[in-house]
Amino acid sequence: MSSSVTTTSPDAAAPATGGSKGAARLRTRKQHTPGRPKRSILLTALTSLVLIYTVVPLIWLVISATKTQTGLANSSGVWFSSDFALWQNIHDTFTYHDGIFVRWLLNTLLYVVLGAGGATLLAILGGYALAKFTFPGKRAVFAVVIGAVAVPGTALAVPTFLMFSKMGLTDTPWAVIIPSLVSPFGLYLMWVFATEAIPTELMEAARIDGAGEIRTFFQVALPLLAPGTVTVLLFTTVATWNNYFLPLIMLKDPNWYPLTLGLDAWNSQAQTIGGDVVTNLVITGSLLTIIPLIAAFLLLQKYWQSGLAAGSVKE
Amino acid sequence: MRRTTGRLVRGITLLSVLALGATACGSSDDSSDDSKPVSAGDITAALEKGGTVNVWAWEPTLKSVAANFEKKYPKVKINLVAERSGDKHYTALSNAIAAKKGVPDVAQVEYFALSQYSLTKGLSDLAPYGADKLKAQYTPGPWNAVSDGDKVYGLPMDSGPMAMFYNKKIFDKYKIAVPTTWDEYVTAAEKLHKADPKVYIANDAGDAGFTTSMLWQAGSRPYKVDGTKVSVNFEDAGAKKYTDTWQKLLDKKLVSPINGWTDDWYKGLGDGTIATLTTGAWMPANFVSGVPQASGDWRAAPMPAWTKGDKASAENGGSSLALPELGKNKELAYAFVEYANSGDGVQTRVDEGAFPATVKQLQDPAFLSKKFDYFGGQEANSIFADSAANVASDWSYLPFQQYANSIFNDTVGKAYVSSEKLTAGLKSWQDASIKYGNEQGFTVEQ
Amino acid sequence: MTTLEPPVAAERAPARAVAKRDHRSWTGWGFIGPFVAVFALVFLAPIGYSIYLSLFRDQLIGGNSFVGLDNYTQALKDDQFWDSLTRVSLFLAIQVPIMLGIALLIALALDSGRLYGKDFFRIAIFLPYAVPAVVATLMWGFMYGTKYGLVGDINSAFGVTLPDPLSSDLVLASIGNIVTWEFIGYNMLIFYSALRVIPLSLYEAAEIDGAGQFRVVTAIKLPAIRGALVIATIFSIIGSFQLFNEPAILRPLARNAITTDFTPNFYTYSLSFNGQQHNYSAAVAIIMGLITMVIAYVVQLRGMRKGA
Repeated sequence: MSSSVTTTSPDAAAPATGGSKGAARLRTRKQHTPGRPKRSILLTALTSLVLIYTVVPLIWLVISATKTQTGLANSSGVWFSSDFALWQNIHDTFTYHDGIFVRWLLNTLLYVVLGAGGATLLAILGGYALAKFTFPGKRAVFAVVIGAVAVPGTALAVPTFLMFSKMGLTDTPWAVIIPSLVSPFGLYLMWVFATEAIPTELMEAARIDGAGEIRTFFQVALPLLAPGTVTVLLFTTVATWNNYFLPLIMLKDPNWYPLTLGLDAWNSQAQTIGGDVVTNLVITGSLLTIIPLIAAFLLLQKYWQSGLAAGSVKE
Repeated sequence: MRRTTGRLVRGITLLSVLALGATACGSSDDSSDDSKPVSAGDITAALEKGGTVNVWAWEPTLKSVAANFEKKYPKVKINLVAERSGDKHYTALSNAIAAKKGVPDVAQVEYFALSQYSLTKGLSDLAPYGADKLKAQYTPGPWNAVSDGDKVYGLPMDSGPMAMFYNKKIFDKYKIAVPTTWDEYVTAAEKLHKADPKVYIANDAGDAGFTTSMLWQAGSRPYKVDGTKVSVNFEDAGAKKYTDTWQKLLDKKLVSPINGWTDDWYKGLGDGTIATLTTGAWMPANFVSGVPQASGDWRAAPMPAWTKGDKASAENGGSSLALPELGKNKELAYAFVEYANSGDGVQTRVDEGAFPATVKQLQDPAFLSKKFDYFGGQEANSIFADSAANVASDWSYLPFQQYANSIFNDTVGKAYVSSEKLTAGLKSWQDASIKYGNEQGFTVEQ
Repeated sequence: MTTLEPPVAAERAPARAVAKRDHRSWTGWGFIGPFVAVFALVFLAPIGYSIYLSLFRDQLIGGNSFVGLDNYTQALKDDQFWDSLTRVSLFLAIQVPIMLGIALLIALALDSGRLYGKDFFRIAIFLPYAVPAVVATLMWGFMYGTKYGLVGDINSAFGVTLPDPLSSDLVLASIGNIVTWEFIGYNMLIFYSALRVIPLSLYEAAEIDGAGQFRVVTAIKLPAIRGALVIATIFSIIGSFQLFNEPAILRPLARNAITTDFTPNFYTYSLSFNGQQHNYSAAVAIIMGLITMVIAYVVQLRGMRKGA
């Protein structure tokens, strides 16, 4: 029994590897079960190298956020300057130009809640449909999605602008939210997750019990999709939070800017005749922009763990 | 596979047809070529009636001007959208004009970009509003840039007569004389760099605006524009003067390869490793805000000359306020532009540090004797005003200068990072500009 | 197989058969309809419009005229376009394997449960993805500075002269580094989530067989997440071919090294926004889209056939 499981299951997912390889090579006697492995210092050290790579630039950001404009110019980037101005910088970031940073922060939140939330919802619905239903045109859907995504976006910006302008959407929040609603990658992930995570038998059972399609989706499918949902929500949130190019084309009114555009506008003041150079506020603002995302990640992580415990997945 | 593509093609065809319909509806003929004069009475009536004027301009001093204007005409509201400058500003403006929707009533347009918009009928002629009668108020350089024959496409807002800013502390430290000619400049560059290998006389990593201004001062006139007939030629005597001199600096690696307007640039200006900066008279405001740590170190001096005693100067930067053709409330919009760039607004802006294009302010004793704390109390404006009066005439930019400037570093840039010579770089810039001009339907001569 | 589908879905023959037998109906459209509707609005309609635009030429002088496929023939003969395509192909061949390789190793390390402080690693390595490209480039721009940046600090501290990361020779590698930095965590998380949904029964079987860690990885984990590997590769290919943000934002620091035709996407941007050549830009974009699609399709087919 044991050999049949080990050989058939991986092969079911990888027919080309051939069934003959599997069992013959399973000879080692180590007993590290996947659930209770021994910790490895070597592995931790190797992973730490990558950690250093990812974190060093962020440390620069944190150190720089403690400096005044003069301090930034006079001190080396790798260590603190004599004046510690983090709190002053944060205060100035929130009050500069009549506190427009707060407005940009709220805009970004609005775009994330409606854009990323909506994108996740559409991806769940679509992924569920692709995984669990057969319908006319199903095969074409993803081919078209991949094909469309392959066309460079910068060239589509002007046509999109002209269309949105005719619809009266430019310079409104909708011009940012509507394009954010589409996450091709999210759709794909949900498709995979739904295929794996929802046993068709469960859906059958619900239908036999007389549940309609909508109730089956909400009561049976949705809870099982929780880990995938969290992953997709995380990706769409980050994508919306960092959205830059399309809002740049669509929005002129600074009152509707997301944070990225706002920071970019502050940054470009240093390249403007008579402009006010506020590199310290750009850096502090950047740091403040990242913090909510870290918070969101930590928050979502909790659901992730509970979602994983919901069954049909390991641990 | 076949079924899939078939559907895809059908879907796209359908959408294209929809899009086609949409554009067909959108293109309406605008034959409203109203060159009828607008009387002062019309404008006054409009001001009394009131309304809103949408202004896209990044010039920081306009904030106060707009507030004062609203105080003077309480029924008029100025909606100033100020967050974007340069390329991003023009992108938004071009997109709005293309969509025929959301076009501002007033837009800031730099001198080099004006002809592109006026040529494609994107801007209103301001002569019927009386702008043609304001010519005497402005210095010749800016007026030349905004006018085309008897048409006026904007009112000059500021100007950038060039001067040389230099770090006096560094020159004093190494006891080097401040150069007055470009030959002396090269010598000073060598001495400075020898005295301290970290110090460069200037930074230059290739900048279209700087190069064209240098050519301008050297007497080169690479662009000739006559309606839709243009020519591009970087091989005249003036251009040779510039390339011969500048090639020396590049060959001996005497200019720092830092790009302008970057963090490193501000740092270099602050710590003495960039010893001079030859640029427009608007620079002091940027020194104060971007290089506070070097306050007192810097001074202004006239731009070095090509032959000793020659006072010829050039413009660098500067912009106008213009009325896009598709904007609304023309009378109100013009009233605001005139107030800001010819009326009381000019003084407000000068008081806040802008450099004017108007003769009255440039000759005002209070302006000329203003002491700049940043420059150790120097009365720098007298140097700038002198430069403004000596800007060489007849310069013109291409009607597609924005594009030409965008490919400067693709072509001339090679001279800064490889063994290619400046003359060869300029030649390939010339070729690329001519190619583009031909593609856009201009009649281009070499 | 003629369409792109997640391999896992395609190979689950029994589940598929059940679905097919009972629910071949329009019900699915009820669920996928909203996605498709918005997708048609923000992707298909602009692409359709671009195709339409690509058949015209709008000149500053002379106005708009129908030119048929002239823009396409011009693009196929355009050295600037092909040079930029060569550049991103080189980028793709080197950067994508490195990035996905590291991401996969990290994901496997996290999933193995053999790391100290797993949660910390997971969030810290994911963090760069949360940094907006504008900020990321600001940070790396500082690191790359030979004068005031980290490279400059290293040079003066050790008395060496490191090559300038922003020089023409190295700038592509430097951009590759930024992209790798930004997306390692992103791909790591995709692989990690895929690893997390592998049914426990597979591991139990391996345990009974006494399979070692390495064997578990090659025989169970990699085949099981092959779908995720293939799609991450496809999206990385698309991402490489559409490389734009990083070179565009880094350009003020290296104007001579990063030309306006540095990548195909940068080239279409320059054509459209600096040159007002929307029509030609659209033609280049459509050609680029087709090339990308073909390559993504080939990767999909190969990824399906070959074992991990």
